Amino acid sequence: MRPFTYTKAADVNAAVQEVSTHEGAKFIAGGTNLLDLMKIDVMRPAHLIDVTHIAHKTIEENDKGGLRIGALVTNNDTAYNELVEKRYPLLSHAILAGATAQLRNVATDGGNLLQRTRCYYFYDTATPCNKREPGSGCSAIKGYNRDLAILGTSEHCIATHPSDMAVALAALDASIHVTGKDGERTIPILDFHRLPGDTPHIDTNLKEDELITSIDLPAKGFPEHYTYLKLRDRASYAFALVSVAAALELDGTTIKEARIALGGVAHKPWRKPEAEAILQGKAATTENFREVAEAYLEGAKGYGDNDFKIELAKRAIVRALEQALKMEAAS
Amino acid sequence: MEKNTVELPPTSSVTLRVNGLSRQLNIAPWTTLLDALREHLHLSGTKKGCDHGQCGACTVLVDGKRINSCLSLAVMQQDKKITTIEGLAKEGELHPVQQAFIDHDAFQCGYCTPGQICSVIGLVNEGKAKTMDDIRDLMSGNVCRCGAYVNIVKVAQEALERGEIR
Repeated sequence: MRPFTYTKAADVNAAVQEVSTHEGAKFIAGGTNLLDLMKIDVMRPAHLIDVTHIAHKTIEENDKGGLRIGALVTNNDTAYNELVEKRYPLLSHAILAGATAQLRNVATDGGNLLQRTRCYYFYDTATPCNKREPGSGCSAIKGYNRDLAILGTSEHCIATHPSDMAVALAALDASIHVTGKDGERTIPILDFHRLPGDTPHIDTNLKEDELITSIDLPAKGFPEHYTYLKLRDRASYAFALVSVAAALELDGTTIKEARIALGGVAHKPWRKPEAEAILQGKAATTENFREVAEAYLEGAKGYGDNDFKIELAKRAIVRALEQALKMEAAS
Repeated sequence: MEKNTVELPPTSSVTLRVNGLSRQLNIAPWTTLLDALREHLHLSGTKKGCDHGQCGACTVLVDGKRINSCLSLAVMQQDKKITTIEGLAKEGELHPVQQAFIDHDAFQCGYCTPGQICSVIGLVNEGKAKTMDDIRDLMSGNVCRCGAYVNIVKVAQEALERGEIR
């Protein structure tokens, strides 16, 4: 690791002040992804601000009937929290589908949103990568790209966002509460991560001086019909080739509302509300599920090794919706 | 050779509570908990495998929870209760999970074993594993390249049935 200086922030304002006045400063909480990337010289912060001593470590019901999850709550403490398990089991399942117990015991929810892509070329400092070194080129587009994106890609980057948690948050319409030097603001989860476009080095719409303080879940948690289906090369501790967070609200066998978010296919959790709307008022049948799946993958583009993910994603959507319908929650 | 003129940030005093003892160290901020344990406190039972949180050989318990010590800065672990493999045996008697690794022949080369043992203790403390599949899933952060998994799962099963962890 390159040398850096370190300070502990006493509260949110101190952390935000400190990050604004230090060039090359980064916040650190769990650090599981940041330290990994620092060891291989992909990330090179000159100064680390430890935010683990500030508040925002609790999960509480908010005044809108939803839940406010402090940004510093660990992934495991969130997944195993009673309120989350009962009211938002989709989120619990998604979190537990990712990483290992050791990592989830340390990694925070705020950090989970900010984790970087696992694109092989982003990690390999011997190869060009527009995300790591803007303007150097993308090695993945014509390289080995089995794991990489099929939706929302650009000619500059086909990286995927690796989080499982964020996929469930996208399906649940979560919002991200942040504080910066200009004050607080709330970012809907779907606006939090960006598409790569011609600036793939910027992962999110969070500003340099902003710190995530909480994740807010609306009251509706779909505890009756949900599933997190994660398809991957081994059953545990592997990133998704394709994952689907699916949730249904039913009136008998008629669908009142459907939520579908995809992971492993794009630079951000992929939601397409206009495609979800196809299911509204329709019968919960495989045929209708397939129609939505086709709409979801409209415009998908393969890059050779990952062509199979287009059909895989369609079938995963159908299977996830069938599982949610029959309440087979396990992926 | 050109003289290295890069000025390194100074080391600072860090106090770690390891295996019941308070230990003061002068270390740089980039020292991981794993390096602090091995290189500075000479507690070499905790192993460095991949150094990237993939293999689990560096697993230790912090406040009873299993973590990858390689992905944690020592300076951020002050005032916490750190337990390594060296802190498990009490009064000359092996910890029941250590004994179970011997009884079940759950290791070959032994390199992953300190991490596996700490991880099994963490697994029991978490109390979430109910089935053999749960054990396999929740132990997936510990790799054994000798392939002793079958017997490691037996150890974990026995530890979960016994339940008592100290």
